[in-house]
Amino acid sequence: MKKKSYKFLIAGVGGQGTILASDILSEVGIRLGYDTKKSDILGLAVRGGSVVSHIQWAQKVHAPVVGDGEADFLIGFEWLETLRRLSSLKRQGVVVANDYRIDPMTVSSGEAEYPSRENIMQELQKAAKTVHVIPGTRTALDLGDVRTFNIVILGALSGLLKSEPGVWKDVVGEKVPAKAARINLEAFDKGRSLV
Amino acid sequence: MKRALLSGNEAIARGAFEAGIQVAAGYPGTPSSEILENVAKYKTIYAEWSVNEKVAMDVAAGAAYSGRRAMVTTKQVGMNVLSDALFYTVYTGLEAGLVVVTADDPGMFSSQNEQDNRHYAKLGKLPLLEPADSQEAKDFVIQGMAMSEEFDTPVLIRTTMRTSHSKSVVLLGETETPRGAVPPFTRNLEKYNSMCLYAKKRHPVVEKRLKDMALYAETFPWNRIEWGDRDLGIIASGVVYEYAKEVFPKASFLKLGMTYPLPRRMIQGFAKGVRKVIVIEELDPFIEEQVRAMGIQAVGKEIFPSVDELLPATIRRCAIEGGMLSKDKEEPPAPPLENLPGRSPVLCPGCPHRTSFYLLNKMKLPVAGDIGCYNLGTLPPFRAQHTMGAMGASIGVLHGMGKSGLPEPAVATIGDGTFFHAGMPALLNMVHNKGLGTVIIMDNSTTAMTGHQDHPGNDYTLSGEPTRRVDIPALVKAMGVEKVMTVDAFDVKAMEKALKSCIAFKGTAVLVARGECVFVSRNPRPAHVVETDLCVACGTCSRMGCPAIVKAEERYEKTGKKKTKIDPLLCTGCGVCSQVCPKGAIHEPPLGQVKRP
Repeated sequence: MKKKSYKFLIAGVGGQGTILASDILSEVGIRLGYDTKKSDILGLAVRGGSVVSHIQWAQKVHAPVVGDGEADFLIGFEWLETLRRLSSLKRQGVVVANDYRIDPMTVSSGEAEYPSRENIMQELQKAAKTVHVIPGTRTALDLGDVRTFNIVILGALSGLLKSEPGVWKDVVGEKVPAKAARINLEAFDKGRSLV
Repeated sequence: MKRALLSGNEAIARGAFEAGIQVAAGYPGTPSSEILENVAKYKTIYAEWSVNEKVAMDVAAGAAYSGRRAMVTTKQVGMNVLSDALFYTVYTGLEAGLVVVTADDPGMFSSQNEQDNRHYAKLGKLPLLEPADSQEAKDFVIQGMAMSEEFDTPVLIRTTMRTSHSKSVVLLGETETPRGAVPPFTRNLEKYNSMCLYAKKRHPVVEKRLKDMALYAETFPWNRIEWGDRDLGIIASGVVYEYAKEVFPKASFLKLGMTYPLPRRMIQGFAKGVRKVIVIEELDPFIEEQVRAMGIQAVGKEIFPSVDELLPATIRRCAIEGGMLSKDKEEPPAPPLENLPGRSPVLCPGCPHRTSFYLLNKMKLPVAGDIGCYNLGTLPPFRAQHTMGAMGASIGVLHGMGKSGLPEPAVATIGDGTFFHAGMPALLNMVHNKGLGTVIIMDNSTTAMTGHQDHPGNDYTLSGEPTRRVDIPALVKAMGVEKVMTVDAFDVKAMEKALKSCIAFKGTAVLVARGECVFVSRNPRPAHVVETDLCVACGTCSRMGCPAIVKAEERYEKTGKKKTKIDPLLCTGCGVCSQVCPKGAIHEPPLGQVKRP
């Protein structure tokens, strides 16, 4: 961990656990000694709509929002949402994408086409320095609880940041329900081993 | 001192605890709902979800009259409901402090308008505090309580979605020891009874108090000048101060924590010290107009828009256009991708509202809608709420439609919580004035949209205590409605039959569609499966608007259309889609294959 500041954007679909992930990521920032702010969209957005969380670590954070072209890391929980927030990524930014697709109603009703995997990868690679595709949902399903995919992704992120896992695992253990702590810590380790 | 990462709403709750507040009431509404949910975790505070915002305000007034420090919480449009009660407390003053928190929604993430509730401070003549981050959110509750008791007035705290829902670091303090027993109720009717005779004598008190508070604003510790480059002086409050600080790191700032009444001398001193004054504020020119009325040539809304959130990127763009900043040299970021499929919020899999909107769409009835999850019945594929304006409006609007001689029967859709909030008087009005129309009360046993808060239809309170549950059909009958039907919302045929019977009735009919929210019952059944061989890709099931119903790769050979499949991770097995499938292709998984992922 060398950098003075980090800006993260987590994009997903309501109900995927973006807020838990952003809570954990923010708390990790504090424990690593950064001033930290984060901003979530709640309310109507939780019912299967697009959701986004902004997280910042720095010496001093003013605005709690990450503007277009500012994110060091775009963390996507779902392909289409990752693509939708691509403009938040700064040049030379990093995409961490969960390999998972959720069809919006416009697609399942046949009104719109879901972009092809090739197109998505092309766009991501055009905008980002590196794109890390993480089989988060697959890994979580194998572990026995699909909901832990967000922790798989955070595990991978901790590895990409070259940040010691101890603090992360402490926070994960505190933030998830006690009875789910073990499987989430496993999910974290699995995620970390994927990068 | 302990540090914690808190949202603005959590910080306000913490402030209530530290300020020794003992009674807190409110009505849920984004972005304010988490305040009371967190207040309820402190055992020193009595907290309740009141039936609506006006009642919450009256409850808090009653507590403050009784000598208990009190707080009320509301979202911005709830303030319209609350203000009638708030305004009398400004005249009466209180025996103990009273703080009212309004959480505004610039950007309209979940509201029907973008009103700027700072105007309520001016209209109601009470002081206004605007926190910029979670630390200030907590501090302002404590300071607001002190001001309330010093000046004998309620104090208004206005947050926005960003201050309410952003998390930042807060230093946690100690709590004041809550008061023990209170003395008998103060019989001071010249003060606490706003009969015109007495209220007339209170008005001069209110005006004098405003002048006193304007002087107090000069020394309010969170009103401060930060001298920087004297070419540009920026006046800002709330989270916009943080935004502006990011865009203009070198400028001079007048950062206002108290924005009504304003510190006149401080503002004039600041204006003299800089070459140009600009006011940067979200939504209305609330500060700007007052600053200009002081004779200061401030610039604001000529440059910055009055709509939407005023995020740093917008401030930067407007400042460049207004000649205050030079153009960025950096390469602009990649533009947002166009033509991506939209992803609007949808009714959850297993939602009991789905049947009603499927039928309303199918029967092509005009529908006066209301506020709650069921407002999603407005969006495709249903498009079945044709009006929606305010909490409880559906029933009054339906009555007006019924009295207009429309050539077709009309329907109102309203949830259980919204019915209790403001639907009941409108239904009484229909009964008394011989209304014509069908009211569907969609009873899902919770206030779902805002996060599943309790209401009078539940047998528990915010603090988790058991209580008496109000039975909606019995209530509606007692209100004088002649035709009342109660149907299982997951039974499509029964719902259709009841709806037809109600719209044929010449009078006011109520159909109570009962089905628990999936987040209340948490009792999912095995995911349904599609027998692909039977599916003819007719698309009937996709008209249910269920996220679990997706297109399969396999096509129906006669039409070439994609067949249906069900996402087993999303399906809750409610079975509504299987009831509408004309081919009987959707059913529960065969025995032996029942497995939930």
